[in-house]
Amino acid sequence: MRRYSAFAIAREAARYHSGWERAWASPEPKKKYDVIIVGAGGHGLATAYYLGKNFGITNVAVLEKGWLGGGNTGRNTTIIRSNYLQDTSAAIYEKARSLYETMSQDLNYNVMFSPRGVIMLAQTEHEVRGYQRTAHANALQGVKTEFIGPQRVKELVPIINISGPRYPVLGGLWQERGGTARHDAVAWGYARACSDMGMDIIQKCEVTGVRREGGKVVGVDTTKGAIDCDKLGLVVAGHSGVLADMAGFRLPIESLALQALVSEPIKPCMDVVVMANTVHGYMSQSDKGEMVIGGGTDGFNNYTQRGSFHHVEETVRALVETFPMISRLKMLRQWGGIVDMTGDRSPILSKTPVEGVFVNCGWGTGGFKSIPGSGWAMAELMAKGHSPLAEEFGLNRFAEGRFIDESVAAGVAH
Amino acid sequence: MLILHCPYCGVDAEETELHAGGEAHLKRFGPGSSDADFESYLFGRENPKGVHFERWRHVNGCGKWFHAARCTATLEVFGTYSAQVLEPPQDIRDAITAKRPGWSWRDIQ
Amino acid sequence: MSTRLATKARLLNTDKQIRFSFNGKQMIGYEGDTLASALLANGQMMMGRSFKYHRPRGVIASGAEEPNALVGLGSGARFEPNQRATTTELFDGLSATSQNHWPSLEFDIGAVNNKLARFFPAGFYYKTFMAPRAAWKSVFEPIVRQSAGLGKVPKDRDADRYEHFYAFMDVVVVGGGVAGLQAAKAAAQSGAKVLLLEQTAHWGGRAPVDGGVIDGQPVDKFVEELVSELETMPNVTLRLRCMASGVYDHGYVLGYERLTDHAPEASGPRHRLWRVRAKQVVTATGAIERPLSFAGNDVPGVMLASAIRDYAVDYGVSVGDRTVVVTNNDDAYRTAITLKNLGLEVPAVIDARASAGGELAEEAKALGIRVETGKGIAKVQGSKRVTGVAICSQAGEGAVIEEIPCDAVAMSGGWSPVVHLWSHCGGKLIWDDVRSMFRPDVDKAPTGADGQGFVVAAGSANGLLHLQNILADAQAAGASAAKAAGFTPKSAAAPEAQAREEAPIEPVWLMPQGAGPKLRMKAWLDFQNDVKVSDVMLAAQEGYESVEHTKRYTTLGMATDQGKLSNINGLATLARSLNADIPQVGTTTFRPPYTPISMGAIAGEARGEIFQPLRKTPMHGWHEEHGAHWEPVGHWRRPYCYPRQGESHADAVAREINQTRKSVGMLDASTLGKIIVKGPDAGKFLDMLYTNMMSTLKPGKCRYGLMCSENGFLIDDGVVARIDEDTFLCHTTTGGADRIHGHMEEWLQTEWWDWKVYTANVTEQYAQIAVVGPNARKLLEKLGGMDVSKDTLPFMQWQDGELAGIGVRVYRISFSGELSYEIAVPASNGRALWDKIAEAGAEFGIMPYGTEALHVMRAEKGFIMIGDETDGTVIPQDLGLTWAISKKKEDYLGKRAQARSHMTDPKRWKLVGLETIDGSVLPDGAYAVAEGTNANGQRNTQGRVTSTYHSPTLGKGIAMGLVLNGPDRMGEVIDFPGTDGKTYKARICDPVFYDKDGEKQNV
Repeated sequence: MRRYSAFAIAREAARYHSGWERAWASPEPKKKYDVIIVGAGGHGLATAYYLGKNFGITNVAVLEKGWLGGGNTGRNTTIIRSNYLQDTSAAIYEKARSLYETMSQDLNYNVMFSPRGVIMLAQTEHEVRGYQRTAHANALQGVKTEFIGPQRVKELVPIINISGPRYPVLGGLWQERGGTARHDAVAWGYARACSDMGMDIIQKCEVTGVRREGGKVVGVDTTKGAIDCDKLGLVVAGHSGVLADMAGFRLPIESLALQALVSEPIKPCMDVVVMANTVHGYMSQSDKGEMVIGGGTDGFNNYTQRGSFHHVEETVRALVETFPMISRLKMLRQWGGIVDMTGDRSPILSKTPVEGVFVNCGWGTGGFKSIPGSGWAMAELMAKGHSPLAEEFGLNRFAEGRFIDESVAAGVAH
Repeated sequence: MLILHCPYCGVDAEETELHAGGEAHLKRFGPGSSDADFESYLFGRENPKGVHFERWRHVNGCGKWFHAARCTATLEVFGTYSAQVLEPPQDIRDAITAKRPGWSWRDIQ
Repeated sequence: MSTRLATKARLLNTDKQIRFSFNGKQMIGYEGDTLASALLANGQMMMGRSFKYHRPRGVIASGAEEPNALVGLGSGARFEPNQRATTTELFDGLSATSQNHWPSLEFDIGAVNNKLARFFPAGFYYKTFMAPRAAWKSVFEPIVRQSAGLGKVPKDRDADRYEHFYAFMDVVVVGGGVAGLQAAKAAAQSGAKVLLLEQTAHWGGRAPVDGGVIDGQPVDKFVEELVSELETMPNVTLRLRCMASGVYDHGYVLGYERLTDHAPEASGPRHRLWRVRAKQVVTATGAIERPLSFAGNDVPGVMLASAIRDYAVDYGVSVGDRTVVVTNNDDAYRTAITLKNLGLEVPAVIDARASAGGELAEEAKALGIRVETGKGIAKVQGSKRVTGVAICSQAGEGAVIEEIPCDAVAMSGGWSPVVHLWSHCGGKLIWDDVRSMFRPDVDKAPTGADGQGFVVAAGSANGLLHLQNILADAQAAGASAAKAAGFTPKSAAAPEAQAREEAPIEPVWLMPQGAGPKLRMKAWLDFQNDVKVSDVMLAAQEGYESVEHTKRYTTLGMATDQGKLSNINGLATLARSLNADIPQVGTTTFRPPYTPISMGAIAGEARGEIFQPLRKTPMHGWHEEHGAHWEPVGHWRRPYCYPRQGESHADAVAREINQTRKSVGMLDASTLGKIIVKGPDAGKFLDMLYTNMMSTLKPGKCRYGLMCSENGFLIDDGVVARIDEDTFLCHTTTGGADRIHGHMEEWLQTEWWDWKVYTANVTEQYAQIAVVGPNARKLLEKLGGMDVSKDTLPFMQWQDGELAGIGVRVYRISFSGELSYEIAVPASNGRALWDKIAEAGAEFGIMPYGTEALHVMRAEKGFIMIGDETDGTVIPQDLGLTWAISKKKEDYLGKRAQARSHMTDPKRWKLVGLETIDGSVLPDGAYAVAEGTNANGQRNTQGRVTSTYHSPTLGKGIAMGLVLNGPDRMGEVIDFPGTDGKTYKARICDPVFYDKDGEKQNV
């Protein structure tokens, strides 16, 4: 792989950029791989990458029915934070966040991780107590957060209205090293690095069946023919249930649509990510200048990836109240992403009833921020059979009643 | 933004009047049931890309729960019906068969 | 120079001059002008700078598709960034500023990027700025951000207001051109209720400019008569300046009406958002002309051929004295002919096709216009303004044949139907090879609730370009929409139209077709985001082969125009690079809105005090008058405390508690949920809902109960009173009222529907006042009426009666540990009773107390609070509430769940009291640490604080918490590290701190 650098750009500029190589190869599938990962989104590609990097397993294929990074990796609001309440959540999200810190250098691909800070606003006494609890938990989890007062919120976010008549800002949970990254670049950077390790990323290759012998996986059927493997990782977010069905087991997953929108670009005016759970909305400003806004999920099963208006209305109404200056900005684009929700809204990283089949899904609204941590843990789970980061996210927790409930800290997780 | 016909009050209700209640026709497992049955009852939800049966409540209307047969891929609504039945009535099944021949849901066809 | 012509313009009222300013410079236009036409008339071609290279940008289009001419409008609380000059109607006093430059439009430091453009190809930022690591956030990103981001930031709270409007329609017709008007008529004649929306201020679309004859009349006249006819039809609503911004599922259509943007002095809301349910939608949204990709096609003065024609005909504006027309189709000849007829020079029409054969070409030639076929533009000369073009052979690589001086270039690469609304809700497109366009696939229309198509495309939006075909299609579309909406359309023929016959288009995706890298680097696809042919080719070369990859890697089509001009050219370029067909490459997904809509309009009226509905108890006004400090609780606001002059909140809370414990206090408890459960099976039902036995409760008595979810977790608690054999009244928490009522109904309707039970949520029907403290009885006796003595009304009983002449129901229940009466009255009497209690209580020094005093007093008594001791993960067994869990019942909601292994795990943390060694207050939410760390390196914990307060009664900090094996560790001291750096030591103790035997409440 030719390294990317300012020097490489200068060299290519001299020859009208004719020398740039493909970022990733486009091979035909081989007959057999040690490991097949289904789903070339951020999580699938990260799993493959850490299988190679941490465990030297490079005879890997990543199969993608569409185009790599074309699912939720490319349609989220790019927020990265790890200020979760429960130990096991904080561990995996903080692992992810810390890997984001060095991802551009690790991958030699600028994913533009911008640790600009994340504030979760407390707008009721209940939220104040909830976030104080999280701050205490985070301190013991090695996650650097701080509960700050309204004046500090105002200093960090000058455009905010802290004294709204209905829900004045009473404080906030501040994670200084939270932030954003360029979502597409995360998928592309991992894909390039995987391809460089000799892994095959096979796009437009849909898995149509999971082949088993004696309770053990032996391969998959695809639109590009049958491919054998020893281990199979299912990392397909909203479509996990469909794949699990092929493998002969069920997942406690429902697919819902999550709404997001962006404004037209304006000059920089907000250098942190602000989340307001009481009024249901969150907002950050992209490097392009767009205000990136997210809201809630539809309550019903939905695979359409279309935006619906009443959620947008609710979110924008909340944000106009919180940031009055956005009233005269304009919404440029709205869309929906399909998120997979589990019974406790926390992910599943687990072995399955089929030997050799592993599943990584159920990230709900937390998918993007967890990508590297999720890939790291999944790779360890697939390579070694267990992973401390994945331990508590097993499928067995639903039968045991051992839930990982993040909504308890106040409001919802994004 | 869906519209569903409330079979109780007869209103074609906007999604904002409704509350989605998840999978329909669940069989309750209580004390004495096995761990597997109880887990499946609470969490083993159908999540088809296609024909689905689900519960809705006309919460900002008559307040009644009802059932809907809907396609999760196109949002087409095949019909709504009473919440007080254990499985989809025949006319609803026929309506689905007319539009999605060969459909199945759990062990219902 | 662009300038105003002396000829009459279609849309101008030259009798009325309008003054406006651009970058502080005073200018004059006429009524009917857009800001763009007025600027052109004043010789202002350059209107902005591009996003990435800060290249000079002139206006290129005349409508909503404009990517370049974006300005900041107004000032202060009415400043709006990124407003399109082409869709901004001129008004007196309009003040506009250009964007994305410093220090000035003419001289922009950022334009250094342009000099370095070669180093900034598509995606360059993914390949650099990586070292040193910290530099991205601290150095590079701020530079990128400052240089990007188009408009200035509005500073103030918006001075305008916005409203929503709801409508139900049989047919919504989008687009007020001839197709939309004709379709609306066809639909309306069936009797269907029709809404016709037009985004501009004028009916007729572009047909009046393009010419032709309809029913023997000029197009303008036809439009005028048709509009008059529609206006007389009672079932038709017409709206100008109202854009259909999106089509959503099940026929939901959003309209964005700009009411006062063109007349800011007018009263009323600025924008009105139409929220429409339509049975059918006709998209008569027209078509947009495509640019051609040649080197220098972004230099100010290069414009769409149709736009140059529009400015000339509609606004009497000449864009240049000498306009070279370059095209691959016949339509652009209309521009040549129009300009020539206005007396302007057209040095040549450069037609990329091998032969130019249509009637329009013949007409142009007859006017003496030079027509060059098989030629293209090798390069545009000029930087801030076109000075000439170099022409070449289209088939070649760009060897210059001839240079033609000119000051404007009119380009036309063909027309693309506006398919956005068709696509928003899943309508599919097909590639039409003959017409070189994506058009709606009529067999794959967006489908509604019934699975049938609910959108019909009409006219040029459906891919038709000849006037006769457009009208016939519109007639059919209107009729078929009406039919689908359940009406019987009249059989009527479409009007007869005559227009020029056109020779076929020949697709041209690069000019000349063999242009080398140097020319490709100057051939723009996306003018605002600076994406060139070379960028898309680079993306393909690097493996970003999917159209979505290319779009995201190059930012093609992601600017504020959402690719209206660039999408088709971009994906055709990608297809060429991949040696694939255009339909194989496919399109990106169109997302609402069609053009950007204001956040204000989306938010509507819901701002400030009416942001959300506010629920008020009957005593709300009294609290307000008595200086309550409010706490939002759901949609209610409850008094947190009633601070007096100069008193801190903490002091007020302490005073309220002390007085209540010492004498008497009163609490507005009206927000507590009150649900009546009635019927022969009510007791059986409540036995399933509560963990304890309710069916055995005797009428007249009260019992505290716990409710769990089917998943086992504690969700609510409260006192249940049995009113009679068939009737119970269940109190819930304030936040729980609606939720628990819904929970009850869910089980009744969907599981136990044969049980004979009704429920009614009567929370707002009753006001409830708690009179609390040792003097409570005396006070009630003073009010006069019913007997409230211990014998007649003992603890945990209730009675109906009268107090101070008001009918009441009195419950002897206590959440404070004091002698306490909760008095329920019909809501209309709440304030009267409250006033009487306050008056009668004066002699006892009665004080109202708020939610914080309530919390502290319950914590002193060790009572749990839903939301504090519970958080959705806690079961009653954790809280030492096993006494409230019936052992006799076979079943209740949550019972099976509580038998799972994790729920019966002896290691679950259990409720205890906590008191600090030094009497200080434990920090809220603190965790108790245990030895060592877990497998992920996190500090092990053994408990946490759930409630913590300073108790004025005890004069020290008290707390409750959940601790590992807590009840077995009484007296043990554990450590709670605070986030303030201190470690708090607390002793595990009984959670009941005050009146352990309950003597005070039971007097």
